[in-house]
Amino acid sequence: MCTTWWLLLFLFHCLPPTMTGFQVPESPGERLKREGLTPLHPVVLVPGIVTGGLELWEGRPCSEGLFRKRLWGGSFTEIFKRPLCWLEHLSLHNETGLDPPGIRVRAVPGLVAADYFAPGYFVWAVLIENLAKIGYEGKNMYMAAYDWRLSFQNTEIRDQALSRLKSKIELMYVTNGYKKVVVVPHSMGVIYFLHFMKWVESPSPMGGGGGPNWCAKHIKAVMNIGPAFLGVPKAVSNIFSAEGKDVAFLRAIAPGLLDSDMLGLQTLEHLMRVSRTWDSTISLLPKGGDTIWGNLDWSPEEGLSCDLDKRKLSSSDTTNFNHSDGDIGFRIKDPIKYGRVISFGKAASQIPSSHLPPPDLKELLGMRSSSGLNLSCSGEVWTEYDEVSRENIIKVAENKAYTAQNTFDLLRFVAPKLMQRAEAHFSHGIADNLDDPKYSHYKYWSNPLETKLPNAPDMEIYSLYGVGIPTERSYIYKMSPSSKCKSIPFRIDSSVNGQGDNSCLKSGVYFVDGDESVPVLSAGFMCAKGWRGKTRFNPSGSATYLREYRHKAPSSLLQGRGLESGAHVDIMGNVALIEDVLRVAAGASGRDIGGDRIYSDIMKMSERINLQL
Amino acid sequence: MATIRRRKAAENSEISKEEEEEHKDEEESDDTKKKQPGKVHKAKKKSEDKNKNKWSCVDSCCWFIGCICTVWWVLLFLYNAMPASFPQYVTEAITGPLPDPPGVKLKKEGVSVKHPVVFVPGIVTGGLELWEGHHCADGLFRKRLWGGTFGEVYKRPFCWMKHMSLDNETGLDPSGIRVRPVTGLVAADYFAPGYFVWAVLIANLARVGYEEKNMYMAAYDWRISFQNTEVRDQTLSRIKSNIELMVATNGGNKAVILPHSMGVLYFLHFMKWVEAPAPMGGGGGPDWCAKHIKAVMNIGGPFLGVPKAVAGLFSSEAKDVAVARAIAPGFLDNDIFRLQTLQHAMKMTRTWDSTMSMIPKGGDTIWGAHNWSPEDCYNLKDSQRNNDTQISSEERIEKLSSQSKSAHYGKMISFGKDVADAHSSEIERIDFRDAIKGNNIANSTCRDVWTEYHDMGIEGIRAVADYKVYTAEEVVDLLHFVAPKMMKRGSAHFSFGIADNLDDPMYNHYKYWSNPLETKLPNAPDMEIFSLYGVGIPTERAYVYKLSPAAECYIPFQIDTKANDEENCLKDGVYSVDGDETVPVLSAGFMCAKGWRGKTRFNPSGIRTYIREYDHSPPSNLLEGRGTQSGAHVDIMGNFALIEDVLRVATGASGKDLGGDQVHSDIFKWSEKINLRL
Repeated sequence: MCTTWWLLLFLFHCLPPTMTGFQVPESPGERLKREGLTPLHPVVLVPGIVTGGLELWEGRPCSEGLFRKRLWGGSFTEIFKRPLCWLEHLSLHNETGLDPPGIRVRAVPGLVAADYFAPGYFVWAVLIENLAKIGYEGKNMYMAAYDWRLSFQNTEIRDQALSRLKSKIELMYVTNGYKKVVVVPHSMGVIYFLHFMKWVESPSPMGGGGGPNWCAKHIKAVMNIGPAFLGVPKAVSNIFSAEGKDVAFLRAIAPGLLDSDMLGLQTLEHLMRVSRTWDSTISLLPKGGDTIWGNLDWSPEEGLSCDLDKRKLSSSDTTNFNHSDGDIGFRIKDPIKYGRVISFGKAASQIPSSHLPPPDLKELLGMRSSSGLNLSCSGEVWTEYDEVSRENIIKVAENKAYTAQNTFDLLRFVAPKLMQRAEAHFSHGIADNLDDPKYSHYKYWSNPLETKLPNAPDMEIYSLYGVGIPTERSYIYKMSPSSKCKSIPFRIDSSVNGQGDNSCLKSGVYFVDGDESVPVLSAGFMCAKGWRGKTRFNPSGSATYLREYRHKAPSSLLQGRGLESGAHVDIMGNVALIEDVLRVAAGASGRDIGGDRIYSDIMKMSERINLQL
Repeated sequence: MATIRRRKAAENSEISKEEEEEHKDEEESDDTKKKQPGKVHKAKKKSEDKNKNKWSCVDSCCWFIGCICTVWWVLLFLYNAMPASFPQYVTEAITGPLPDPPGVKLKKEGVSVKHPVVFVPGIVTGGLELWEGHHCADGLFRKRLWGGTFGEVYKRPFCWMKHMSLDNETGLDPSGIRVRPVTGLVAADYFAPGYFVWAVLIANLARVGYEEKNMYMAAYDWRISFQNTEVRDQTLSRIKSNIELMVATNGGNKAVILPHSMGVLYFLHFMKWVEAPAPMGGGGGPDWCAKHIKAVMNIGGPFLGVPKAVAGLFSSEAKDVAVARAIAPGFLDNDIFRLQTLQHAMKMTRTWDSTMSMIPKGGDTIWGAHNWSPEDCYNLKDSQRNNDTQISSEERIEKLSSQSKSAHYGKMISFGKDVADAHSSEIERIDFRDAIKGNNIANSTCRDVWTEYHDMGIEGIRAVADYKVYTAEEVVDLLHFVAPKMMKRGSAHFSFGIADNLDDPMYNHYKYWSNPLETKLPNAPDMEIFSLYGVGIPTERAYVYKLSPAAECYIPFQIDTKANDEENCLKDGVYSVDGDETVPVLSAGFMCAKGWRGKTRFNPSGIRTYIREYDHSPPSNLLEGRGTQSGAHVDIMGNFALIEDVLRVATGASGKDLGGDQVHSDIFKWSEKINLRL
């Protein structure tokens, strides 16, 4: 056996590198190079949450020998070797949201920070390679790596990440012949960059002091990939019960590790404790409350088909987005109440709102101070649930249904410290009056509904995202059966399924159209309506463009993660998207690449949202 | 007895019978059916046994391979499962507890981060990666061509050479190839796996609290000339912007710069560039350095060049243009694959402009003429030093020999040992400069390896050899003669002379910026310049050459390794002096010892200079790796004393706090002998 292994290994090494993919179709970079595209605008890449690598600079004795080794990203071998140590080092301080004493974990800088997340799992690598094909290199391409666990303003306070980004953009602008930069943020990077654009123009103590024309002078276009402008419902379930598929692929990478109680560790609880110290997760909570995400009886997506296969058929006939089939009419009879982001029990997710008990969380918040602490649980795994008594947990469940807005009350109730810390850094509302001086505080900067875009009429804003994959939108919860010490008292009721295979309800989760992580509504609304034309959020009338990419699963294993994928991360390998980015970087404008390209019902949804513009 | 005998006999007969039967069996295999079944069975059994014996050889072979594989696996597993501290534990068990690394020691003293730190790596230590290549380099996109494992050198050597070479005329990228420096601290923390360059220093800085935001590796493409790094990659602009950013974000504390080896010259160039006005320079204004730089701590700096570079360029021999040979000695020396490795290497390195930055500068004034050199003739201080620091007797002898009387260092290249020893009046020389280069003697068989020697012809080569002796100044002429194209390229970027009048406007040209003898230091009276280098290792200083026996496809000159003279510290055709194995003390120390000391014309604002020498003491055993007290050119980056000095300055100490000069060699004495107008 060993010998065969050796032989195979040997053969593998001897294999000419071209062997493995000799039927690879021509990459867009090569094609565009033949068309004569050359680098024009410098490119800045802004990675999202979890995709950036983190490395250790100072640690406890248990982490000996890991100096400047990756704790996050790469092969993750340390999780298996010393899981508790690893968790300890990745946690942040519970109160400040900064480093715990004696531990310094920092973002990996440079393009290596997020080109591959794990060996073979590309994030930016394909895009970088294609940019390089038309002539880009280190001097006109910059990866704005930041510590994605921190709140955005803290990346500046601790690491001066925003100052560095500013200085890098200015440098590239000058050294590349005064050509403005094209910024390509992904996922959470999108709101990070929104924050940056406000920060850089704000006056000096809180902001970067770049002056009111900084963005107009330095930025040609912001090409948001899979943007989470208005947050993602996933983040709710993640914070609430550490469940959603998400705060990354962690589960996908090590499902056994997280789900079973391997080594007698309460993995999920540990994970919850760690991820709850990360302020940045709060930035992804749904923004805009009931106005955007719908209330108990209404949601912008309702009545629109979530049956993706069918819609694909129908839209392939009409290619237009405002089609009205009988299919949809049928569904309107039984609209799914997406507005109820969390409901307890399937019934609660469906009955009309008049049957639901009135939300009385205010009362709960008052009670919480007197909650009986279960002393036997004061173990090492401290999730804030330990401080919530059983009775209160039942009360939470009795409330039945929560909308995007009162989800916050719920989270404030179950995780008061986390929310207290995070709400100093993030806000999730809608501004009534954007000229109110309070909005110059940094906590509003990452919320597109509470900030104005910079005064840059020539800047273009793109929203590039995948559609055609069921994406989590709302959840049906139940109480955990065991009241076991330290366990999370709520979990998604995965036994609940809708009728028929076409149902949008599967394993306790209601799905809508999206890119697997971000629903279309969140990714597209701002560019489709909120910023379209001159609105109060976009006073200078920066042009916006929507570019959707329909998901097509890879046809064979050889194709890897597909050239036409629309999934949240895999879309970075989508040839159509890469071509768009390359063309814009080489000088094309949004109109040159064909303006909007829409497959989903985003325009229809946006129309239903009643937002003052 | 008889019965026994009989029985034995019977047995024998039985055996013989059986053998006979077997024999028959083999011979008359057709007839076996007729024979009795039992006997047939016996015979079969026998043959089976035989078969087993036959197979057992292959079997054991398989077993052997299997065992090796399994053992390997087990070892690999154990190695991976081993706690990270295990090697250290073993070392401590054998040699006793190690001293605290300086980072830990200083942290205990309560020192913490103050000034941002900038590293400027030297030649060859920085990694290079591929951004665009020819077809043969498919799959290597953003993989390291230089640094790392060098796997590609072995897999596709020609392709590798092609991609590492630069254009012969412009000194920039050849068409269709873009090789760029790796950026970030990873660029030069380790040169190859396990071979640290900056890693130890970085780790110690991190101990006192440094991290990415206040440490910056100014990685640049070390193959191209200094000004071209700006023209092609805007590297100088990037360094400027990064220093400005770090100073601004670290509360206005000025930066401490740590250049190593050629990085020292690169940073000299940077300091002139940044203050020069915009089209050619960085336009930072006349007080940029004063505003942004606290100290420049030059580690092993070849301020005045290294004689090694001459040998490297002349015959691509010296131990040279770096560690390349040390890493793959077999590769360069033998003709594996029947490649003319040395010639290929020469062809490649000659396209690298930066190698010319290290040609000895200052000519005869600094490096000595035919009959004198600053380093010769001294014994006295050596014995004193031996009393002070206890050095083993072996080493003492080595040192005595390396610095004994009448070494002929001034003759940097001489043809034949007798010439090297002789007094200048005794040598007959024929000037080579006017010699006519003959026709191309290269026959078509060695066309693929094109070194400029093929254009010289026999006459040219003879002329070079007839000139017999070359001093530092003449060496430059020699190189112009043997490699005109390279030197034409190079002399547009570098200059090797001494300025008479530094205010002459011609010295505003960038080609003078990296030569300390042709530029003024910036106007920054508060800045400090340190020169940190190792001493106590014999370092190449002058060479004895001979003509190669076969002159056709080979490089026509080679070092005469037979020339030995223990008394004159001539060994294997190389005269050596005190130094750090690469850079002689003179080159590393002279500027700080004399050229810039006080207010001189090279240092008009009187920037303070300090010399810190570190006496080499080799690691006592293998477990110590490359030692914590080494003085060798690269290994000195792991020297605890040096690291401590660096840490103290970075955390706010001045040169005086460190204790001023720390000198082991005779640098001051030698400097005095040099008659340079200041």
